[in-house]
Amino acid sequence: MTQTLAPVPAHQLADPLAAREHARSQGGTVAESMPVLPPVADDLPEGVSPEDLVWEETIAAGGYATRRLSRGARLRLIDLKGDACASLLVFNAELPTERLNVADTVKVQWNAYLGEGKLLLSDMGRAMMSILADTAGTHDTFCGVSNAATNAAKYGEGRNSGPYPNGRDRFLLGAAKHGLSRRDVHPCITLFKGTRIEPDGTVVPQVGPFEPGRSIMLRAEMEVIVVIANCPHVLDPRVDYTVTPLRATAWRGPVTPADDPVRNATPEGLRAFLNVEDHFRR
Amino acid sequence: MNDPHLAGLPGAIVHDEVVPARAPWLHPVAKGQTLRIVDLEGNQAVDFLLYSAADDAERYSAQDTVAAQGNLFLREGTVLRSNEGRPMMTIAASAVPYHDTIGGACSCESNTLRYGHHTKSQHACVENFLEANLTQGRGKRDIVSNINFFMNVPVEPDGSLGIVDGLSAPGLTVDLRAEMDVVVVVSNCPQINNPCNAFNPTPVRMIVCA
Repeated sequence: MTQTLAPVPAHQLADPLAAREHARSQGGTVAESMPVLPPVADDLPEGVSPEDLVWEETIAAGGYATRRLSRGARLRLIDLKGDACASLLVFNAELPTERLNVADTVKVQWNAYLGEGKLLLSDMGRAMMSILADTAGTHDTFCGVSNAATNAAKYGEGRNSGPYPNGRDRFLLGAAKHGLSRRDVHPCITLFKGTRIEPDGTVVPQVGPFEPGRSIMLRAEMEVIVVIANCPHVLDPRVDYTVTPLRATAWRGPVTPADDPVRNATPEGLRAFLNVEDHFRR
Repeated sequence: MNDPHLAGLPGAIVHDEVVPARAPWLHPVAKGQTLRIVDLEGNQAVDFLLYSAADDAERYSAQDTVAAQGNLFLREGTVLRSNEGRPMMTIAASAVPYHDTIGGACSCESNTLRYGHHTKSQHACVENFLEANLTQGRGKRDIVSNINFFMNVPVEPDGSLGIVDGLSAPGLTVDLRAEMDVVVVVSNCPQINNPCNAFNPTPVRMIVCA
């Protein structure tokens, strides 16, 4: 997680100008997992202007990231190497007491398996995000994230400050960066690592590893804060802490129009859009 | 002791109350005590949340509970876990095969999605959860995915799910043993638009024993 820095020669330790020189000499270093500022992406979908790019970041294995996205923005997540595990919290950025409601998301849509065309619903009956494209198909609405205790049991420890951070503690840090706290870390969804349910209720994890490059694209249907933790799925049976970097790219996009096929796909979903459109009727 | 609802209780009764149809209920249950819920008239969903009495930012987590047991259904022996992975209560006995924890609670807002905007003025479980939690300083941020005792939400192979006819019958019970000091918050579900209450909300009885 932490980049290893070159050792500082002893004669620099007492010299602020030398320390400044040492610090500045690191500028421009390229790491596998880092944000790119200003954002650059050479693989934007056709028709997307590079000027509309708002976020380009590769999230470390075991790391997290968080971002406010505007209504209409597209968020593309790519599992770069086949073992990313993107657990996601979503808040209404304008009023964060409104947040993703996983139970309503599966109940209202009469289905528990996320994929193209599905909506992420808030606890206020509004569409928060919609899934525009999905080449993965293995996602999870049931199991949430690992916590300090589950990682301690599996890997020996699970602290943020150790080598095997857990999903919940990553969420806590990400939420805290928006002034949110323990009460706000709500049930989540996980993308790229999935579950399937057997008739007797048994949860079967689908953890791969999968082929590199699977992706999912979401559209923000309101002003949102997303918090993404990239830690091994809580039911990943592998003995080793196995997770690989996750790429996040976002760009500005038009607000969903009245004739949008995802908006109009089901009567329940249409009402979720009517409710979010009403929210913006000001 | 001719009351069949009291059969097999492990200790002396410290609280015994009938929660009217559609109403909220909040009560502390100390570590080691048992809460028995009696479905008095049958097929009544009991929407249920738990908070640690010592630190109410620690609360029931459906996802931690499901992940820990690798199964969606809450059965006799299921440990109800917190958002920090700790045991809060254990289902010590259940007269129905399983209970739900994926279906969530009805709300005025979700009712507009499921049934139409004409249902927005109907009473709903989230209203009950809010009303009860507000008496102790908790609010909207504290409402998370809940348990629905006596409610049946099967998941089909393609992921389809829905609230279907309940598994309960008049007088059936579930017993919950507290593994820490907890505050129980219940909504005796007022929903009339799906089969969770057989379209007819009815009272339930809550018995706490030492």
